[in-house]
Amino acid sequence: MEELIEKLKREVIEQLNLEDISPEDIEADSPLFGEGLGLDSIDALELIVLLEKNYGLKIEDPKDGKKIFHSIRTMAEYITEHKKA
Amino acid sequence: MNQVISAYSGIKPGQAWVNGGIEYRDENFITFAEFIKPFFKRLNLGYPKFYKMDPLSKLGFIASELIFKHIDLDLYDKKRVGIVLANSSSSLDSDLVHQESINNRSHYFPSPSVFVYTLPNIMIGEICIRHQLKGENAFLISEKFESSLLFNFVNELFLNNRVDVCLTGWVDLLKEQFEALMMFVEPTGLAITEENSGMLLPFSEETMDDLYKKM
Repeated sequence: MEELIEKLKREVIEQLNLEDISPEDIEADSPLFGEGLGLDSIDALELIVLLEKNYGLKIEDPKDGKKIFHSIRTMAEYITEHKKA
Repeated sequence: MNQVISAYSGIKPGQAWVNGGIEYRDENFITFAEFIKPFFKRLNLGYPKFYKMDPLSKLGFIASELIFKHIDLDLYDKKRVGIVLANSSSSLDSDLVHQESINNRSHYFPSPSVFVYTLPNIMIGEICIRHQLKGENAFLISEKFESSLLFNFVNELFLNNRVDVCLTGWVDLLKEQFEALMMFVEPTGLAITEENSGMLLPFSEETMDDLYKKM
């Protein structure tokens, strides 16, 4: 799980062009939206693309997005759970 | 009513200037990204959203910031600050990136953050968001720089009392070719201060042609 979390941090930084942020700056449990990294709605769409492109996971119900993309850890948990299935 | 250009900026490969003076020079770049990123960092604006913009918006954003370093926007009603920009390549630079991402049906991953920039007036939106400007705006397309097009459009806005002041100019970028000329236009009475009284230029097609030729 920790390895996946570190990989996800790097992927999120690259996908979202977070130029001045390094993986060490992102806490695995910090909220990605709002007071966390301050991501916006376009970033949310980019994260959906990231899951599909890099992990082959499609989010069927948009309502799940809020939970899945709460933090890097929740993203990692979703990937781990659904990759096994 | 007569208007004046109270500030202007220009950017072309290798250099940028404001009000006739060189603001930035870097001849050792290969790509637009290599040119604009250190330039942005040097301006020290603390605006990370810049990194997410497409190249056209980055160019227009920096050209406008060079002007707003010399203009105190708080002096104006933000609902009456107009923006009229033009170019020849529209948003083609980002359109091509988007096209590339959807060419291959078996690897079909269009990027939302690229797609949102497939309209040139998004650049105007970025400038408006940065400074909370809510006035009239328009993006015009012409084959080449046409001072009459900009002059007539901006003049109409003033004549019809739709704006108090207006940012106008030419911002074009396609495949590493880029140029920007931006001007801040305001009525004579508003603009003259002791500090800038010698720097004001008449807002006219001739002045714009002259500034463009000097780029």
